[in-house]
Amino acid sequence: MTVASPPAPTNRDDPAAWILERAVSPRRRLVNTLATSWMLGSLLLALVPVGVIAMYVASRGAGVMSLSFLTKNLPIVTQFAGGGIAPAIVGTLVITGVAALMAIPLGVLAAIYLNEYGRQNRIAKTIRFMADVMTGVPSIVMGLFVATIWVSAGLHYGYSGFAGSLALAALMLPIVIRSCEEMLKLVPDDLRQASDALGARRWRTVMSVALPTALPGIVSGAMLAVARAAGETAPLLFTIGIATKVNPNVFHGTNTTLSQEIWFNAQTPFPAATDRAWGAALTLIVIVFVFTVIARLVASRFASVKR
Amino acid sequence: MTSPAPSPDIGASEVIPSTAGGKYLDRTFRAIAVVAGLLVLAILALIAYSTTSKAWPAFTHQGLSFLTSQSWDPNQDHFGALDFIYGTVLTAVIALAIAVPASLGIALFITELAPKGFRSAVTYVVDLLAAIPSVVYGFWALAVLTSPAANFYGHIADTLGRVPVLSSFFGGPAFGASFMTAGVILAVMIIPIITSLSREALTTVSQDDKNGALAMGATRWEMLRVAVFPRVRSGLIGAAMLGLGRAMGETIAVALVIGSSHQITSHVFRQGDTMASIIVHNFPEATGLHSAALIGLGVVLFAITIVVNMVARVVANQTSAMSGVGQ
Repeated sequence: MTVASPPAPTNRDDPAAWILERAVSPRRRLVNTLATSWMLGSLLLALVPVGVIAMYVASRGAGVMSLSFLTKNLPIVTQFAGGGIAPAIVGTLVITGVAALMAIPLGVLAAIYLNEYGRQNRIAKTIRFMADVMTGVPSIVMGLFVATIWVSAGLHYGYSGFAGSLALAALMLPIVIRSCEEMLKLVPDDLRQASDALGARRWRTVMSVALPTALPGIVSGAMLAVARAAGETAPLLFTIGIATKVNPNVFHGTNTTLSQEIWFNAQTPFPAATDRAWGAALTLIVIVFVFTVIARLVASRFASVKR
Repeated sequence: MTSPAPSPDIGASEVIPSTAGGKYLDRTFRAIAVVAGLLVLAILALIAYSTTSKAWPAFTHQGLSFLTSQSWDPNQDHFGALDFIYGTVLTAVIALAIAVPASLGIALFITELAPKGFRSAVTYVVDLLAAIPSVVYGFWALAVLTSPAANFYGHIADTLGRVPVLSSFFGGPAFGASFMTAGVILAVMIIPIITSLSREALTTVSQDDKNGALAMGATRWEMLRVAVFPRVRSGLIGAAMLGLGRAMGETIAVALVIGSSHQITSHVFRQGDTMASIIVHNFPEATGLHSAALIGLGVVLFAITIVVNMVARVVANQTSAMSGVGQ
């Protein structure tokens, strides 16, 4: 007489799956399956746009990509083929670079105040909260802000790359502050106390213990902020003007960026212009992607150092 | 024998005598750091002040009808922004309706379903969505999405146009560049932030609580409903509101695919404009009162997003405060 033993649970590590295989009514099982498919479906919904857009931009952009496209000046009239996007590449790099030079040191200093001095006092809490809120200020408002105080009114300095840098720096600042503070928070207090015990002053503890320990994380956060700023368009349209020649001087003369060239060329019906926009889009995505990957690599190195 | 607990506020600097120069350096460093921190408050105050003062001529010229009138005609000095406020709200609502369920699903996938090694990969790919610049989203949508979208919307409009209530939302005529397309693109753009904040909230629930529910015989979904969702409700609401703030402020992608038309309509397949899109299209050429009015739109947008973000942060922080995480 053989007794059929009940099928052994296939997965004892996953309690939910184990329960499901035992005694669950079909209705409950159906609801659970629907919920699981919702999660999987949502993931697909997010993956499809990244894949589709990246592939499309890569294929259209590769069609116009060439050495002369990357190194020549922009044509005066956008509807004709020819010329390159060198001024936009240079503009993107120098304007974002100058913005980073302003926002990163200030952001790191502010984060040092929040985590090393202020901690939970009222000023620090207020700054922390407002920095969070500031990350939500629309980039176009930053553009209007710089336009009103710097470009066409207020100080009347006119269009320049630096005006664009100011707007981008204002966008980057809260991101740098918050990510840097999170990284400083991860530094164990033991290290600070050890430094204090050796007689170091607070600023020396910060500069030679806390900051170096958190450095990879801070670099990673800063690079992500730079990547976000490099792709910005709205704050630049009101601040840097229009240019067709390479202008590495951010303080003098109008400028242009890849994002701005995509914006201008995308809205014309001319194939030469849209081709140029696809080339600029590919270049911009590559630049942003490089920054993002560097940030991830630095961050993963940090993760391995921590353990 | 108790060891004295070191207070974070008493460094060795107060104990060990040293030169006056060191003390001076320490105070200077602290002062610089404080100033850098206060810069955030200063910039926000300066944004509010400078934009409001530049917009003041338009506000005094138009009065309260700046917010309540539909007539926007720069040539006649009429500046009623209601069309654009409506467009901003409608596109943001469409975006949220798509992005919130999707983001929550992804966040749950990451926290509940994904194998451990797979989690960071999924998180990374979702973050890549945020790395694609806004102008690239807009350009792609304009060049690739709008014409098939017009066909697709046309079919929906034909089908739902006969259904009594739905016809006033989905009825024809349908345009490729429309509120709907703008909302869809916005949804893709705000999925990363809603996902990451939802994920943060979801991870505050302890595994013990979840195991408890599972031990009672709950399916995974029942466990989520009983043990997880009640704990993280405010965190999820905060995440959705932050997404709302982003959606309302997003400019370039919307400006490319919303079709630029002044109207208030419940039909989501029609063309429209948002506050941000009208500013970005018109500000570079605007002068005088027109320019002031556009800056005024910026002030309204700034005020709305600041309020939404503040409420969102307060609500979201409740989750972390309750579970004692994030302090």
